[in-house]
Amino acid sequence: MTCTPAQRRYNRRIIVLSIIYAAILLPVCWVFVRHLASGPLAYALGVAPALPVSGFFAVIGLYFVEETDEYLRMLMARQVIVASGLAMTVATFWGFLENFGLVPHLVAYAWPIVWFAGLGVGALVNKLIDRSAA
Amino acid sequence: MNNRLRVLRAERGWSQQDLAERLEVSRQSVNAIETGRYDPSLPLAFRIAELFGLAIEDVFVSPSKESAS
Repeated sequence: MTCTPAQRRYNRRIIVLSIIYAAILLPVCWVFVRHLASGPLAYALGVAPALPVSGFFAVIGLYFVEETDEYLRMLMARQVIVASGLAMTVATFWGFLENFGLVPHLVAYAWPIVWFAGLGVGALVNKLIDRSAA
Repeated sequence: MNNRLRVLRAERGWSQQDLAERLEVSRQSVNAIETGRYDPSLPLAFRIAELFGLAIEDVFVSPSKESAS
């Protein structure tokens, strides 16, 4: 299947951000494990891995702006809706269970991970709808 | 929304890819519209109709008329 120019740009940006994320995360973890940073530097290093992850959301936003094929845009919108619904629902359930001491504490950056997994579920939903309607 | 896209395309001997290129959309889009899985926006519906030199209602079947028949 051929990609649209917007899909190619999307893929390229996601790959670049993933490389940047890995390149930032490993040294930052190394610094924090050895307690080498403190004060404002620690905060700056602490948020550094979050920047490329935030970039993923910007890339998705750019895709919506740049994709001229309305059907493909609709498919991505459906993926995002599924991902958001799934991540928010799981976060809500987990939050209550955690509040009542029934599950361990989960770091907040777990929810974007669930959201990205939800994009995969959204792609599956797209395929199932496509097949059932065919 | 039912439509005559497949028939109109076949009359001209165009593949879905040919039509997609003429409309500047993906083949997936043409397939989804043709099989009624996706209703195109008004601008795209106009582009499709104009490509075949027809009015929109000659390409797409109005859902209200469809349910009445």
